[in-house]
Amino acid sequence: MAIEQIKMPQLGESVTEGTISKWLVKAGDKVNKYDPLAEVMTDKVNAEIPSSFTGIIKELIAQEGDTLAVGELICTIETEGSTADETPANTEKPAAPATEDQSKAVSEKEQGQKARYSPAVLKLSQEHGIDLSQVSGTGAAGRITRKDLLKLIESGNIPKAGQKVEPAPSAAPKADEMPASTARPEPAPAQGQPSANIPVVPGDIEIPVTGVRKAIAANMLRSKHEAPHAWTMVEVDATNVVEYRNSIKDEFKKKEGFNLTFFAFFVKAAAQALKEFPQINSMWAGDKIIQKKEINISIAVATEDALFVPVIKNADEKTIKGIAREISELAVKVRAGKLRPEDMQGGTFTVNNTGSFGSVQSMGIINYPQAAILQVESIVKRPVVMSNGMIAVRDMVNLCMSLDHRILDGLVCGRFLARVKEIIENISKSNTSIY
Amino acid sequence: MAVISYIDAVTMAIREEMERDPKVFVLGEDVGKKGGVFKATQGLYEQFGEERVIDTPLAESAIAGVGIGAAMYGMRPIAEMQFADFIMPAVNQIISEAAKIRYRSNNDWSCPIVIRAPYGGGVHGALYHSQSVEAVFANQPGLKIVIPSTPYDVKGLLKAAIRDPDPVLFFEHKRAYRLIKGEVPTEDYTLPIGKADVKREGEDVTVITYGLCVHFALQAAEKLAGDGISVHILDLRTVYPLDQEAIIEAASKTGKVLLVTEDTKEGSIMSEVSAIIAEHCLFELDAPIKRLAGPDVPAMPYSPTMEKFFMINPDKVEKAIRELAEF
Repeated sequence: MAIEQIKMPQLGESVTEGTISKWLVKAGDKVNKYDPLAEVMTDKVNAEIPSSFTGIIKELIAQEGDTLAVGELICTIETEGSTADETPANTEKPAAPATEDQSKAVSEKEQGQKARYSPAVLKLSQEHGIDLSQVSGTGAAGRITRKDLLKLIESGNIPKAGQKVEPAPSAAPKADEMPASTARPEPAPAQGQPSANIPVVPGDIEIPVTGVRKAIAANMLRSKHEAPHAWTMVEVDATNVVEYRNSIKDEFKKKEGFNLTFFAFFVKAAAQALKEFPQINSMWAGDKIIQKKEINISIAVATEDALFVPVIKNADEKTIKGIAREISELAVKVRAGKLRPEDMQGGTFTVNNTGSFGSVQSMGIINYPQAAILQVESIVKRPVVMSNGMIAVRDMVNLCMSLDHRILDGLVCGRFLARVKEIIENISKSNTSIY
Repeated sequence: MAVISYIDAVTMAIREEMERDPKVFVLGEDVGKKGGVFKATQGLYEQFGEERVIDTPLAESAIAGVGIGAAMYGMRPIAEMQFADFIMPAVNQIISEAAKIRYRSNNDWSCPIVIRAPYGGGVHGALYHSQSVEAVFANQPGLKIVIPSTPYDVKGLLKAAIRDPDPVLFFEHKRAYRLIKGEVPTEDYTLPIGKADVKREGEDVTVITYGLCVHFALQAAEKLAGDGISVHILDLRTVYPLDQEAIIEAASKTGKVLLVTEDTKEGSIMSEVSAIIAEHCLFELDAPIKRLAGPDVPAMPYSPTMEKFFMINPDKVEKAIRELAEF
C-alpha cells in the first residue's frame, strides 16, 4: 500500500490556480485511474480533475470553494498492491516511467518555486503594480528574479492583473516612447484593485469575484481600455429567412435531433462575408495588424452567472446545418460546464446572439484582440415601406457592429454589413441549401 | 608609479612613517637584524638603528605590553606578531588594556599602537602558521581591525593606522606578501580606516569579502563575465568596526549576496556582515544571503589535499556566485 498525492493540475497555458467547485468523491471511495475526482473552476474553464491512480480515497485535503495554486495538494489516494510494484523484483520495468516521474517531480517543483517570491520581487511588484502570476521567471526552477522584474519595468511592458503575458517584451512599446503622463505604471485594474469603498449594510450580499467572473471583468476592461470602439448598425429584412426556416424547422428537428436556429443563418452569412472582407477578420498586434486566414467564429453563450465564447472553427467551410449543430453542441457543453480550453481558443471574429433575450439594439464590447463583434438582435415584425411604395409587415432585424477603430474604419465595416444584409435578404428555399 | 609587492608596500609605509615621525618605532621577534621572518622590516634596522627597530624576546604578551605602555606615553609603536596565530598570549594586553584605556581613563589616556600580524593559510603552514584570528577581536569596541588586499591599500591603510590615535590591529595575508603586486605611489597618502572599497562594479551578484579572498573573487568575476554574469565586489578593508553604509549599498545593489572569508564560518566577520544585511536590506534581497567560508574545524590542516579543501580558491568562489546568479 502506498499513499499517492493528487495535485491541482495545470488546466490551461496561463492558468495558475483553480477553485474546487464540487467534490465528486469522498474519503473511502474506491476510484479507478482517470475517474473524475472533483470539478474545478479556473478563470478560463470549468473542468474535472481525473484520478492519476486506482485506489481508495484516503483524505480530501481541499474543501469545496477552496482556491488552490497549480501543484497544490488536493487529496490523497491509497493505492492497492503497490508494495509489489516497489520491490526490486520489478526490475524488468522499463526506464520510461521513472523518467516520467522525474519530469513530473521537476515540473511540480517548478510550480513551487514560481510562487515563492523573494522580498525584493514582492516589493518591486507592489511598487509597479506587476501581476506576478503572469511573469515567467528565469531563476532556478522558474523562480521570478529581481532582475526579471527590473527588465520588465525597463521595457515598460508591465503585466497588470487580467492581462495576458507577452513573452517577448521586445515587441512592446518602450516606456520612453510613451507620453510622460502614461509612462508611470498605473495600479493594476480589475481584480488587482482592492475593493472599492462601497458601504455594505446588513442584507446586502457580497459575492467574491473569482474564476470566470474575474476573467470576464479583466477581458472586458482590457478591450474597452485598449481598443477604441466605434459602433454602427444596419436594418435587415429577414422575412425570407424566417419563412424558409419556419417551413423546415420541425422536419429538421425530427431528422437531425437538434434545432435549426436563426442564429446559424447569421453566423453563416457573417462567415461568408468575412471571406470577402478579410480586413474584418484581423487582429491588432501593436506594430502590425494580422489578417487571419482561418475564419473562426466565436459565439457568446451565456449561463446564469457567466459568459463563455466558444469557437466554431473554419465556419466558412461549414454548412448552415453544420453550424447549427456546433452551436447546439457548444451550448450544451457550456451549460454542462464541460467546455474545454481548446473549445474557446482561436476565435477571429465574434457573432453575438443578443436577440435571444429580446434585445433590439446593443453595443457589444469587442472580444479582445479581435477587430470587431457583430450583434444579431431580435427579429421583430414591423411595418416597412417597400420599394414599390406599399407598406408591408416584415420580419426586421438589426445587426449592430462594434469595431476596433485602430484596425477598421467605417467604410469597410459599412460594406461588410451591407454584404451580410444582402446575403440574409436573399436567402430563400430556392437558392439556399442548409446542407 | 612603481609596481611593488604587498610586503614591499608594508616596508615602504613603515619606513616613510619612521622618517616622518621620530616617535614611530618597530618592535617584535627578529624584526631587527634579520629584517623579520618575512622580511617586512628589511633595511629598517640599518636605517634607523637598534633604538627604533627593537628585537624582542619570544614573548608576545611582552611585545604587546611594552608597545601599549610606550603608546600610552606618547610613542607610536608598531608591534609585530611573527604570526597571527601567536597573538594569543597577548590577547589580555590587547583586549583588556589597549582597547579599553581611553574609555577607562575617561579620555585622559590613549593607546596609539599598531599591532601587525601575518595571517591566513594556503602556504603549507599548518595549524600554527595559517589561522585567521580577526574574529577573536571583532567584538571589542576600542579596537580597529584592518585587513588590506592590495599593495596600494596596504600603504595607505598602514600609514593611517600608524597615525590613528587608538589601537589598530593590522593583519596582512602572508600568501599575499609576494603573490600580490600592484601600483603604489611613492608619495605620501593615507586611506580612511572604517571605509570599504568597491573593487569591481557589477549588476548580478554582490561579493563582500576582504584580504586575499578579494583576489579570488576578482578572478572568479573575470571568468564569469565571459558567461554574462556581472559581479559586484566590495572589499571591506576594515573588518571592525564595519562600514555598514557600504555593505547595505552593495547588498541592495544586486539583492544577491555572497560573503567570503577564509576564516571558519560560524561567528566569523561574515556572520556580522550577514546580520547587517538582514537587518537593513530585507526588502532588497532576491536570494538568501550566502556565506562561503572555511569549515568549522579547529585549524588549517597540514596535508596539502586537506589544506586545499579548507582554503577558499577562485573555483569555489566562482561556483558559489554561479549558484546565486542562477537562483
